[in-house]
Amino acid sequence: MAIKKRIIPCLDIKDGRTVKGVNFCDLRDAGDPVELAKKYIEEGADELVFLDIAATEEKRKTRASLVRKIAAEINIPFTVGGGINSLADVSAVIQSGADKVSLNSSAVRNPYLISEIAGQYGNQCVVVAIDTKYVNNEWCVFVGGGKIPTGLMALDWAKKVVELGAGEILLTSMNNDGTRSGFALDITRQISEAVGVPVIASGGAGSKEHFRDVFQQTKASGGLAAGIFHYGEISIQDVKNYLKTQNILVR
Amino acid sequence: MSIAILKYNAGNVISVQNALNRLGVDSVITDNETEIRNAEKVIFPGVGEAGSAMKYLREKGLDKVLISLKQPVFGICLGQQLMCAFSEEGAVNCLGIFKTLVKKFPPVDTVPQMGWNNLLNPRGELFLNVTERDDFYFVHSYYAEICENTVATCDYILPFSAALQKDNFYATQFHPEKSGSTGEQVLLNFLKLQK
Repeated sequence: MAIKKRIIPCLDIKDGRTVKGVNFCDLRDAGDPVELAKKYIEEGADELVFLDIAATEEKRKTRASLVRKIAAEINIPFTVGGGINSLADVSAVIQSGADKVSLNSSAVRNPYLISEIAGQYGNQCVVVAIDTKYVNNEWCVFVGGGKIPTGLMALDWAKKVVELGAGEILLTSMNNDGTRSGFALDITRQISEAVGVPVIASGGAGSKEHFRDVFQQTKASGGLAAGIFHYGEISIQDVKNYLKTQNILVR
Repeated sequence: MSIAILKYNAGNVISVQNALNRLGVDSVITDNETEIRNAEKVIFPGVGEAGSAMKYLREKGLDKVLISLKQPVFGICLGQQLMCAFSEEGAVNCLGIFKTLVKKFPPVDTVPQMGWNNLLNPRGELFLNVTERDDFYFVHSYYAEICENTVATCDYILPFSAALQKDNFYATQFHPEKSGSTGEQVLLNFLKLQK
């Protein structure tokens, strides 16, 4: 045996509730994050990711208390992202019990933040989330919840963030997000083969076969999904049982 | 039962306390020598950088306190590495409890090892009711070489010490506090030690 492929449910949090959209829009309520987290742990989730998608200055305090509540309840690693703009933000979520932070827009605005966090908390603590969309035959990086083009190419940016100290990349294809048509295999393959840190594939999971495809056809270390798990159409345990039959190592 | 969790400049000590709370065990996070010496058990957690962590321990005199403890002590992740003789991370002499070296993984696979992996031949008091089928959560770029104190190995890039034990000193490279119910079993085994 060896290291296992990770199945990671993602909870997009807005005003303390879990929400889910399609192609980053049309948000629907999907439940209480703490209850969902506990359900996922029972189903065999390997990690949890919490993305605060409406993080604003005045909501930071609410977030810290939610992170504390989640940290007290769960016994697997968890990452918090959304509106992490400074070392002080990192310190607040780590002290509340998060294991890793995920940067997105703030890393593009201030790439040095990656190095600062890695220097203080270690590379393993810094996840850089890359939202990418296929435009004019290129995988481009978008920020601001997918609304703002950056002019960066996903592969170049991925290499750059690893150089700066990122310990993991969370790669979301905006074209695939919420469509249930499968992960974006080509860009996931390119990036996971080009960088020396774990890459988590995200966006598009709609069936257990999609997880098989991403693990067989790319070097992704994990697959992240939200919608299919929230509404109970498929359980994490179903995915894992299936992957075992395909000789993919899972916990 | 009084459990002291060593407070120092490395990582997420809160998650260890949360894990103990879930097991119904109170603990105190402290760098006070008297509190540490009087605790029935001491947990030495840590995620961070070995060089700066050792420097901090020396400045606070905690290095000498740690090696002189007689009650069960449990080092986790960086805690385990700091209990070894020497770490390549920061090229620093460590506490020297375990006579082994801490080296960086060669970059032939994804580094850090981040994720769930199983143990090979887990043995001793820490691993009662634990088998090779159980997975634990690892996050590390450096590993302790296998030595006479090794009580479980793990295979990632190469075989290394997933757990070490000598006298009253216990240590794991993985995070029991983040390893679901299998991790809780290891924590319970530590909490039940009679010494």
